[in-house]
Amino acid sequence: MAENPVEDSTPAAAPLVVLSGVNKHYGALHVLQDIDLEIVQGEVVVLIGPSGSGKSTLCRTINRLEPIDSGAITLDGRPLPAEGRELARLRAEVGMVFQSFNLFAHKTVLENVVIGQVKVRKVARPEAEKTARELLERVGVGAQADKYPAQLSGGQQQRVAIARALAMKPKVMLFDEPTSALDPEMVNEVLEVMRQLAADGMTMVVVTHEMGFARSAANRVLFMADGRIVEQNTPDAFFTAPRSDRAKDFLSKILHH
Amino acid sequence: MGFLFEDDNFSLFRDGFLQTIELSALSALLALLLGTLLAAFRVSPVPVLRAFGTAWVTLFRNTPLTLLFFAVEFGLPPLGVHFSHLVFGVLALGGYTASFVCEVIRSGINTVPLGQAEAARSLGMTFGQTLTLVVLPQAARTVLAPLSSVFIALPRNSAIAGAFSVGELYSVQQTFSERGYAIFAIFFWVACAYLVISAAVATLFRVLESRLAVAR
Ligand SMILES: Nc1ncnc2c1ncn2[C@@H]1O[C@H](COP(=O)(O)OP(=O)(O)OP(=O)(O)O)[C@@H](O)[C@H]1O
Ligand SMILES: [Mg+2]
Repeated sequence: MAENPVEDSTPAAAPLVVLSGVNKHYGALHVLQDIDLEIVQGEVVVLIGPSGSGKSTLCRTINRLEPIDSGAITLDGRPLPAEGRELARLRAEVGMVFQSFNLFAHKTVLENVVIGQVKVRKVARPEAEKTARELLERVGVGAQADKYPAQLSGGQQQRVAIARALAMKPKVMLFDEPTSALDPEMVNEVLEVMRQLAADGMTMVVVTHEMGFARSAANRVLFMADGRIVEQNTPDAFFTAPRSDRAKDFLSKILHH
Repeated sequence: MGFLFEDDNFSLFRDGFLQTIELSALSALLALLLGTLLAAFRVSPVPVLRAFGTAWVTLFRNTPLTLLFFAVEFGLPPLGVHFSHLVFGVLALGGYTASFVCEVIRSGINTVPLGQAEAARSLGMTFGQTLTLVVLPQAARTVLAPLSSVFIALPRNSAIAGAFSVGELYSVQQTFSERGYAIFAIFFWVACAYLVISAAVATLFRVLESRLAVAR
């Protein structure tokens, strides 16, 4: 994969994540309908859309937390395996950050960032701790390493969660509304870490309602409605001139709040 | 009351007491291991294992313990399985108690937020790692109180083994009765012995609970 100094339009790079013809149902509900999506290395894709449109589900199919009914998903050229060890190994290469942080409540902050490296990646403990401390420092919570998650603010917990995912040296990071559970004053500290990550070249899929982040950090905005990707464009084009009625309607609602 | 210290009565009583402890401890160990395994089965993604766990619990929890002792004592030898009465007792009592342990642990697992397991899986942990490193340790705290009731009941249930040739505490009571001692005095000492065991189990769990409460 060639280094590409140009930010947008990177036709040279082979796609890192490919979804083709992906369908998923919850009972009678068709949550994902014929989703085709290619994400190249280093790309930051923001997923927006009304509640219930399938954003979280799409995000979670990429590391197969949600199985799909039909279609195919490949990561770095390899199809996602079925449940089992093989899948576990592949999941380690996809970082995931949840709305509700989901830090391991019975482990210290440091241990949260160490455990995956040691148990999954089989990294020696001293090295894992060194990596963990560096990452915690990088997301600005180095001083909290020995505390338990419940002793941290929401913003700090989410930054630890990002560090925990990064410790696995993932190829892609998935964020499902990472700032929605945060008090307003903590949103920015998390977005700042994510912006930095994007600037460092991490491939990211981000479900968010933070339009500021989408404008400043995304390469591409996907607008979802009723289980379909209705529209995709660069952030500027999408926010200034949405094409579909659904997107216009959605944007007028969220921008008038 | 004093009869206990006549003839060889005390050593008989002591042997029964120790036998009850041995039977209970081995059964408790079996119940804990098997019960945890069954709970893992019941939450596993593999349908066959889930069905096995459910079947075990349904069968063992709803069968009278005496019947289970019968089934083990008289059902296994024709199948070529020969153990001492003690081991048969441990199998029956352990298998029975395991079904209760399983349900307690499973309900404990259900109190751990789903997001914990999802986070573990998304890090690439296997089902076993997710369970043993993330979910069970967090379930442990909520599980201790109901588990202690299960394990306090176990030594009392072990009395049934006395009817199946295990020389435990309750069977000693029968021997004493046959020797003609006052029934009240016999029951007084036997009850004391069970009380000591129950109190010891309760204390153990209280210590564990306070340990876990601190470690956080
Ligand atoms: N486990 C589930 N079982 C049944 N239906 C589900 C399940 N998870 C999600 N759904 C339904 O699937 C649809 C899509 O859900 P999803 O969480 O992907 O939406 P979303 O776009 O992320 O919405 P939000 O903005 O509210 O998070 C919704 O209608 C939801 O009710
Ligand atoms: Mg969602």
